[in-house]
Amino acid sequence: MPKKKLSIRIDGELINAVEGQTILQAAKANGKYIPTLCDLEGLTPVGACRLCIVEVSGTDRLFQACTTPIQDGMSVITTSARLTHDRRISLELLFVERNHVCAVCVSNGRCELQSLASAMGISTVRFAYNYPKLGVDLSHPRFVLDHNRCILCTRCVRVCADLEGAHVWELTSRGIHSRIVSDLNQRWGDSRSCTNCGKCVQACPTGALAEKGYAVEEMVKRTDNISSLVERREVQV
Amino acid sequence: MKRITIDPVTRIEGHAKIIIQLDDSGRVAGTEFHVTQVRGFEKFTEGRPFYEMPGITSRICGICPISHLLASSKACDAIMAVRIPPAAKKLRELAHCAQMVQSHALSFFYLSAPDLLLGMDSEMASRNVLGVIAAHPEMARDGIELRKFGLQIIEGLAQERIHPSWIVPGGVASPLSGAVRDRILCDLPSAKAIADRTLSFFKKALDNYKDEIECFGSAPTMHAGLVDRKGNLQFYDGELRFRSRSGEIVEDAIAAEQYADWIAEASLRDSYLKAPYFKPQGFPEGTYRVGPLARMNVADQCGTPLADAEFVEFHQRFGSPAHSAFLYHYARLIEIVHALEKIELLLADPQILEKQVRATGGVNSLEGVGMIEAPRGTLIHHYKVNEEGGITWANLIVATGHNNLAIGRSVQQVSERYIDGNKLQEGMLNRVSAVVRAYDPCLSCSTHALGEIAMRIQLVDANGQLQDEIATP
Repeated sequence: MPKKKLSIRIDGELINAVEGQTILQAAKANGKYIPTLCDLEGLTPVGACRLCIVEVSGTDRLFQACTTPIQDGMSVITTSARLTHDRRISLELLFVERNHVCAVCVSNGRCELQSLASAMGISTVRFAYNYPKLGVDLSHPRFVLDHNRCILCTRCVRVCADLEGAHVWELTSRGIHSRIVSDLNQRWGDSRSCTNCGKCVQACPTGALAEKGYAVEEMVKRTDNISSLVERREVQV
Repeated sequence: MKRITIDPVTRIEGHAKIIIQLDDSGRVAGTEFHVTQVRGFEKFTEGRPFYEMPGITSRICGICPISHLLASSKACDAIMAVRIPPAAKKLRELAHCAQMVQSHALSFFYLSAPDLLLGMDSEMASRNVLGVIAAHPEMARDGIELRKFGLQIIEGLAQERIHPSWIVPGGVASPLSGAVRDRILCDLPSAKAIADRTLSFFKKALDNYKDEIECFGSAPTMHAGLVDRKGNLQFYDGELRFRSRSGEIVEDAIAAEQYADWIAEASLRDSYLKAPYFKPQGFPEGTYRVGPLARMNVADQCGTPLADAEFVEFHQRFGSPAHSAFLYHYARLIEIVHALEKIELLLADPQILEKQVRATGGVNSLEGVGMIEAPRGTLIHHYKVNEEGGITWANLIVATGHNNLAIGRSVQQVSERYIDGNKLQEGMLNRVSAVVRAYDPCLSCSTHALGEIAMRIQLVDANGQLQDEIATP
């Protein structure tokens, strides 16, 4: 049965959307940009990064575009001084939480966190850096996990569960102590469920997950491969 | 007892201060040379993947990042136990020669020319690169052009002038295009003409600096530097040679991985910079110097025709070994000539355009040492890794470290010669800074201060009372 068509407004413009879509999906389908770091097409949205917040008429509360389903007649604002202010704070807090040193990162120049900060004009942060002492897991023969560069977007967790079905990655601890762990907190190289497919590496928006042996600026992430896999999965042969 | 503090020492790369102790009659009783920053690279790189080391350690310096990239990549090559492709070796060498040209041009034209061209006692407010541009525009233009030439080669090879990531473990990231080679060759004659012009000018001007040549760090020391098996001057490859104060070869053909058998490091009470010394002679007797002057003293010849002719004249005029630190300037200019000749030779070799420029490999050795001649002297990177490739230990011996003790002694010598503690004169204190500049020390990083930096020199008596003070306006 065809899905019901809904009419919503995004930044005042009347948009035709489909029932069941999120605000982010409806916006993307109509060429409207909403910033996000944790969203990746084909993966279950979780609203981890809080950058896709939008204003919805009739309520003072901000909504995450990636997890909020549209309703008929909804009016959404994607850009405002309030949203910019809050998004900047979210982004700055990501930078101060761990040790992001772009100059020596494998993803320098191709990092989604870096390019979003650049697009939002963030050249410095107003909060004190946390400088946590975090490790690098080099135990996997092909890949490396650097907790210093992780923003806990959980794309790796979801791509491994949703697409590969291996469920290697998970989050442990709470709040600022949260960490990505593989196989009940074993070293990645000791994981028995990892299939070495590398989807988590390609999905990672920063240099936290990377292929071994790449020098500064050399890591090119292929998120389009993930999207292409999602598309092919839907095709009936 | 009075104390003079020069803080910071200007027109050098990095941060340093000098303290001069005076006795009751105003004569110099002692001097201290302090390097005032701690960088910590050896510690905070622990745990990082070894192949990240070139990118991280090159951030030590914005003047000669290529040096750290090369020494670090060579150490990583050793950990991977790979032989890099021949074209990669030549391209690394080409980038290194280009860096030698730009770095030496920076030292001579931007940092030391204000002293050399305008005079040690000239007006402090204009004794900087802007003063040189005003008084000697042709010379300033030459300096800018020469530095640009070196930087443009690096940009042509690596797409970036400063902190490129092109030099990687196993070789380089991309091959050289014919168009870039032709462009460099097109600009080369003009660069060679500038080097020739500057060297001729400086040789004539040397007679004006007899006093400085005599007392600027002229106390004999050992010298160390890389040479090939024929005794030719080497920047990228080669093995370490030590010559004694009187010029005999004390030790020769020391491979990179053997450096620790011959060099040890002492920690100093008053400086964050360690002081390496020649192990068999102990500390501090084993003090030696590195850098352009040391390389001129260590090598038997440069290995290229124009530089060889200058090499012979250099030693005819000042003996072999030549000890005055003032002659670092002279040696630097000869090395620019040599580097330009090497660039020409490298580009004439068709192999340099080959597309195979990178070897790959995992951890095949748990230890690696890379040793090169940076513009300021021998640079050593030594890493130990675990089986997964994580750094467990790192030791970096930077060029200026080798010269640490010698710079301190030169400061003492110049202070004794020029300082009259009863009345401070800025020019005499500038000579103390100038002898530090002669070594072109890269004390910590790229934050080189130019002549306009706020500077305050204070004369304080034993009770802490200010006796005299000079400050920039």
